[in-house]
Amino acid sequence: MNLEILAILNAERAARRAAILITDVDDGTQRVVREAEIATDPLAEDLARRLASGKSGLGEAAGRPLFFTVQAPPVRLVVIGAVHISQALCPMAAVLDLSVTVIDPRTAFATPERFPGIDLVPEWPDDALSVHGAPLDRYCAVAALTHDPKIDDLALAAALRAECFYVGALGSRKTHAARVARLTEAGFDGAQIGRIAAPIGLNIGAVSPAEIALAILAQIVAAQRAPRLGSAA
Amino acid sequence: MLSTDNDILSAAESWRRAGRRVALATVIETWGSAPRPVGSHLVVDEDGGFLGSVSGGCVEGAVITEGLDAIVDGRPRVVEFGVADETAWRVGLSCGGRIRVFVEPVL
Repeated sequence: MNLEILAILNAERAARRAAILITDVDDGTQRVVREAEIATDPLAEDLARRLASGKSGLGEAAGRPLFFTVQAPPVRLVVIGAVHISQALCPMAAVLDLSVTVIDPRTAFATPERFPGIDLVPEWPDDALSVHGAPLDRYCAVAALTHDPKIDDLALAAALRAECFYVGALGSRKTHAARVARLTEAGFDGAQIGRIAAPIGLNIGAVSPAEIALAILAQIVAAQRAPRLGSAA
Repeated sequence: MLSTDNDILSAAESWRRAGRRVALATVIETWGSAPRPVGSHLVVDEDGGFLGSVSGGCVEGAVITEGLDAIVDGRPRVVEFGVADETAWRVGLSCGGRIRVFVEPVL
């Protein structure tokens, strides 16, 4: 591999853009196709399918054996609410190698003492997730945990618009029914709203903040790895 | 902290820029119950220092040796490990799986 190719792969990942490295397994020649270049590539159809699946694998083109390294951006977890569950969630998410941001406009909650070393944004979600902040993309997971519709709804709307691969919201079924009504009123359709995991987390009977955090992370991993389920790999 | 495939490619670049000679190994095919998925990386430098995993530990030593050879001769290669492979009696995959690994120098 040339250093230039390696540098492109690393730069694309740092910029949160997908890329696919194509290696001729016989002679070792390589090229990188950036996400934006896929549509115009001679292998466009194959590359788009591989990017959608997120899986690297062998293939062939013009009789050459090729290996496709699919590089999706690292998963980012955006937590809305600097609450007790979030305090348990942050260190667990770090172990799973998720890069975590906690957003909460309530400065009494969003303190560095409660979240040491965590990327903490004491702003409203619509500001924090705007183009001037750190916009969401489909490689983001969003967990809305404030219990306050004024705060959570802003983030959920942004997450649905950005097609985040995981969107979860804390709250009972009753709370969620009211939320569904508000989001419908705001113009989201049933398919979009249906993507929200609520009540949040895998149903493992979680009680404590750490257990709820575990249930949320398990659900995020399941969403992330869904393409692997049911396959031989 | 565990290293991820992301860290590994970053390390490969920074090691190379720091003047170290490095090779990169990538799992390109697996059969049976191979422990690390296709696309997993391992980076090794000329002194045998490495980061990452291609087999959960079973054949790392042999892959590192191939990496060192690739650093010396400057050529990429494909190596296979598994129960059907004579090498496996020595380095072996205890899970009974087989893997094929692409090993290349970073030039």
